[in-house]
Amino acid sequence: MADTLSTTAPASNDRTRLIRASLSRRHLSESIFRGLGLAAIIVALGFVALLFVDIVRKGIPAFTQSNLHLSVTFDPEIISVDPAPVRAAGQSEADFQAANLKWQRDVAMLNWNKVIEASLRAAAPAGYEIDTRQILTIAETDARHRVRELFVKDPTLLGKTVQVDVLASANADNWIKGNINRDLGDAQQQLSAPARGLIDQYETNGTITSGFAWSIFTNVDSRAAPASAGLLGAFVGTLWMMLVVILLAVPIGVASAIYLEEFAPKSRLTDLIEVNINNLAAVPSIVFGLLGAAVFINYMHLPISAPIVGGLVLTLMTLPTIIIATRGALLGVSPALRQAALGMGASKTQMVFHHVLPVTFPSILTATILGVAHALGETAPLLLIGMKAFVAAVPATPLDQATALPVQIYLWQGNENRNFFEPRTAAAIMVLLVVMIMLNGVAIYLRSKLEKRA
Amino acid sequence: MNSLIIAGLLLVLLGLAYQSGWSRGRGLATANGVKVHSRPQYHGSYVAIWTLVPALVIIGLWGWLGDGITHNFIVSQIPTETVQSLDQVGLNATIARIKALASGYGVAGEILPYEQTAGDALRSFQFITFLVVIAAAAIAGAAALFYARSRVTARHRARNAVERVINLALLACSAVAILTTVGIVASLVTEAARFFTFINPLDFFFGTVWNPNNAGTAGNWGSYGLLPLLVGTLMITFIAMLVAVPVGLMAAIYLSQYAPRQLRAIAKPIIEILAGIPTIVFGFFALVTVGPFLRDIGNFIGLSISATSALTAGVVMGIMIIPFVSSLSDDILNQVPRSLRDGAYGLGATQSETIRNVLLPAALPGIVGAFLLAVSRAVGETMIVVLAAGNSPVLRGNPFEPVATITVSIVNQLTGDTDFAGPQSLVGFALGLTLFVITLCLNIFALFIVRRFREQYE
Repeated sequence: MADTLSTTAPASNDRTRLIRASLSRRHLSESIFRGLGLAAIIVALGFVALLFVDIVRKGIPAFTQSNLHLSVTFDPEIISVDPAPVRAAGQSEADFQAANLKWQRDVAMLNWNKVIEASLRAAAPAGYEIDTRQILTIAETDARHRVRELFVKDPTLLGKTVQVDVLASANADNWIKGNINRDLGDAQQQLSAPARGLIDQYETNGTITSGFAWSIFTNVDSRAAPASAGLLGAFVGTLWMMLVVILLAVPIGVASAIYLEEFAPKSRLTDLIEVNINNLAAVPSIVFGLLGAAVFINYMHLPISAPIVGGLVLTLMTLPTIIIATRGALLGVSPALRQAALGMGASKTQMVFHHVLPVTFPSILTATILGVAHALGETAPLLLIGMKAFVAAVPATPLDQATALPVQIYLWQGNENRNFFEPRTAAAIMVLLVVMIMLNGVAIYLRSKLEKRA
Repeated sequence: MNSLIIAGLLLVLLGLAYQSGWSRGRGLATANGVKVHSRPQYHGSYVAIWTLVPALVIIGLWGWLGDGITHNFIVSQIPTETVQSLDQVGLNATIARIKALASGYGVAGEILPYEQTAGDALRSFQFITFLVVIAAAAIAGAAALFYARSRVTARHRARNAVERVINLALLACSAVAILTTVGIVASLVTEAARFFTFINPLDFFFGTVWNPNNAGTAGNWGSYGLLPLLVGTLMITFIAMLVAVPVGLMAAIYLSQYAPRQLRAIAKPIIEILAGIPTIVFGFFALVTVGPFLRDIGNFIGLSISATSALTAGVVMGIMIIPFVSSLSDDILNQVPRSLRDGAYGLGATQSETIRNVLLPAALPGIVGAFLLAVSRAVGETMIVVLAAGNSPVLRGNPFEPVATITVSIVNQLTGDTDFAGPQSLVGFALGLTLFVITLCLNIFALFIVRRFREQYE
C-alpha cells in the first residue's frame, strides 16, 4: 500500500510516514479482531463438543446393568394355592374371567419374597449371616413379580427349580459400578454392611454379572423398581404424538401455505394472516401448552395426559414452521414453469398441484422432518397438559395415558436416587438425541437425493 | 368392527361414484366428437364429492347424537321404579352391565331378569340402528350420486366445481393458523380475567412478593406479585445475551468474512446443531455439569455461587441462543451491498476496519432486530430455567443466587392441575398473558426493524 502512495511531493512523504507509523498498530488491531472471531468459533464449537462429551460420558455406564442369575425353586410349602381355574362348558366369558382374576389375586397374596430370599440364600456362601430385609435389598423389587408371572403363565412349575435372571437393585448396581463412594460410613450407605459384603461375594462367584441394559428399551417406567425403569412407554407415547403431528400438521401446513402463496388475493386479511403466522412461529412453546390446557382439556374435555392432546398441541406449534418453509419453497419455483403450465392451458389449480408442488417436494419433506424433530424434543407444553403423570404402561391407543421421551427425561432427572438416575437420564438423552440425529440425517439424505433428481 | 364396516362402505361408495362419473365423462368425449369442458377425472371427482358429503353428514350426525339416543333407550328399558331407586353412579353401573350383556361378553355375578331383557332389547336395537344408519347413509349417497351423475354433460363445468371445493379446503386449512392465535388470545384473556376476579391486577403487576398459598381458600389465597419473576426473567435473559451476543456475532463475522470455505462448511452446521438440541437436554447439562462447575469456580475465587442460579441458567441459555444470533447476523451481514465493502477497501481500510466502521453500522438495525428476536426466545424459554435456575421467587439482584422466572412459575402452578377454580392455577394464565404480550411486542418490533432494514438495500 505504501508503495502506491510514494510520490515526490514532500507533503505526500509526510503522509506516507504517518501511514507507515500507524500501520503496525492497525495490523495489530486487525489480527486481534480476527483472533476474537476465531476464538468465538472455537468457543461455540467447544460448547457443542463439551455438551456431547459430557452427556455421552455420563450416559454410557447406564447401558450396562447388573443381573442376578438365580435358581428359583417353586416350593409348594410357600406356594400353597388352589389349581388354576379351567373354563367349564356353558360358563360365560365374564364368569371365567372373574374366577381367573380371583385365582391370580390368591397367587399375588402369597409371599413371593420368600421364594426370592430362598434363591438368594442358595447362591450365597454357606452360613453367610444376613437378615431377610437386608438380603432382599440386593434384588430389585420387581423380581417377585417376574417370578410370580412365570408361575401364573405356567402353573405346572410348582415344585420345580428353574434358572431365572432378575435385575440387581439400583443400590446394588450403584455399589458394583462404584457410583457411590465405597469408603463412606454405614450411615451414608444405602445398603447395609452384610448386603454389601454379599454383593461382592456374588460378584466373585458369578451370581451377579453385568450385561447390556435391555430394560431401558423393553420396560416401562417404574418407581417401585428403579433398576427396571425403561423408556418403552415414553417411546411409544412419543410415537403416537409424532403420528398425530405428521397426520395433521403436514397436510394442513402445506395446504395453507399453498393457499396463502398461490390463491389468496393480496388484501388486508392475507397480510394479517401473514403477520400472524410469523408471530405464531415465535410464540414461546409454553404458551401453546396453556392453550392446550385451557381449550383441549378444560373446554373440550379430551383425556388428560393422552398423546392425542400432546399431538394436537405440538401440531399447532409446528404448523407455522411448516407453513413458512413451504411458502419459501413455493416462492422459489421458477416463474417459467408456472407460465409454461398456464400457457399450455392448465388451470391455476392444475398448475399448482401438477407442476409447482412436485418440484417443491424435497424442500417440503425436509421442512416437515425438521419440524417433527423439533416437536419431538419439546417438553414444556406437555407438562401443562398433564403428560408429567407417572404412567407405567405402554399406551395402546393415542387416547391412553402416556408420557413422552423428553418428559421422561424430566421425570428421571428429578428422581431421588441420583446416583442411579443421573446416568440413566443421560442414557435417555442419548436415545432422544440419536432419534433426532437420525431424523435430521434422513432429512439431509432425502434432500440431497431428491434434489439431484429434480 | 363397526367403524371398519362404515369406512369400507364409504370407500366403496367413493370408488363407485368416481368410477361412474369418470366413465360418463369419458363417454361424452367419445360420442360424436363433441367438445367436453372437463376431463373425465374431474367428472369423477365431482360425482365423488357429491356422494361423499351427504353420507358423511348422516354418519357424523349419528356419531354426535348416537350415544345419547342409546343411553335413553337403555334407560327406557329399565323398569321405572328401578331407575328411581338408583343414583347416578348406580344407574351408570347398570347401563354398563346391560351393554356388556348386549355385547355377548357377559357379566360376572347373578343376572337380574330385567337386565337380561334390557340386554337382549339393546342388542336388537343396536343392530337395527346400525342397519338404519348404514342404509340411510348409503341411500343418501346413492341419491346424490345419481343426481350428480345426471348433471354430467359435455358443457358441465366439473373442473371449476372441483377446484372451488379444493380452494375452500385450502382456505379452511389456512384458517387453522388464525384460529390458533384466536384460541391463544381468547383462552389467555378469559382465564386471566377470571384470575383478576380473585386478585387485584395492581397487586399482580406491581406486587413484590410471590407466595401463592397452594392450599389456600377464599380470603387467604397468598400473594401473587409479578415483579420477582419479572426480575428473575430479565436477569437470566441479560446473562444469556452477555454470552450469546459476543460469541454469536463474532462467530458470524468470522464465518462470513474471514473463514476459508472449508472451515465455514464444517463449522456452520456444527454450530447449528446447538439450535436443534432439545432444551431439556440443555437443562440437564446445566443442572449436572455447568452448575457444579460454576459453584467450584466460585469457591476457588471466594465467591458464593449456588449450583442452581440465575448465572447457571443464563450461561446455558446463552449457549443455546448462539446459533440463533449467529445465523441471523450472518444473513444480515450478507445483505449489506458489496459496493459498501469495496468502497471501504478502496480507501485503504483493513478488513477489520471495514467490518467495524462500514459493515456493522450499515447492518446495525438488522442486527438489533436479531438480538430482540433472541431476547424474545430467551424470555420464553422454559426447561433450562425449570431445571437450573433454582426456583426461588424472591426479589433480589444477585445473579449468583437462585431465582424464578415467569415460565417456571407457569409450570409450577399448572402442572397436572386441570381444575381451574382458584387463583393458584389461574395465575398461570395471567403469567402466560404477560409472557405472550412481552414476546409479541419484541417480535413485532424486531420483525419491523428487520424488514425496514431489508427494504433499505433492496
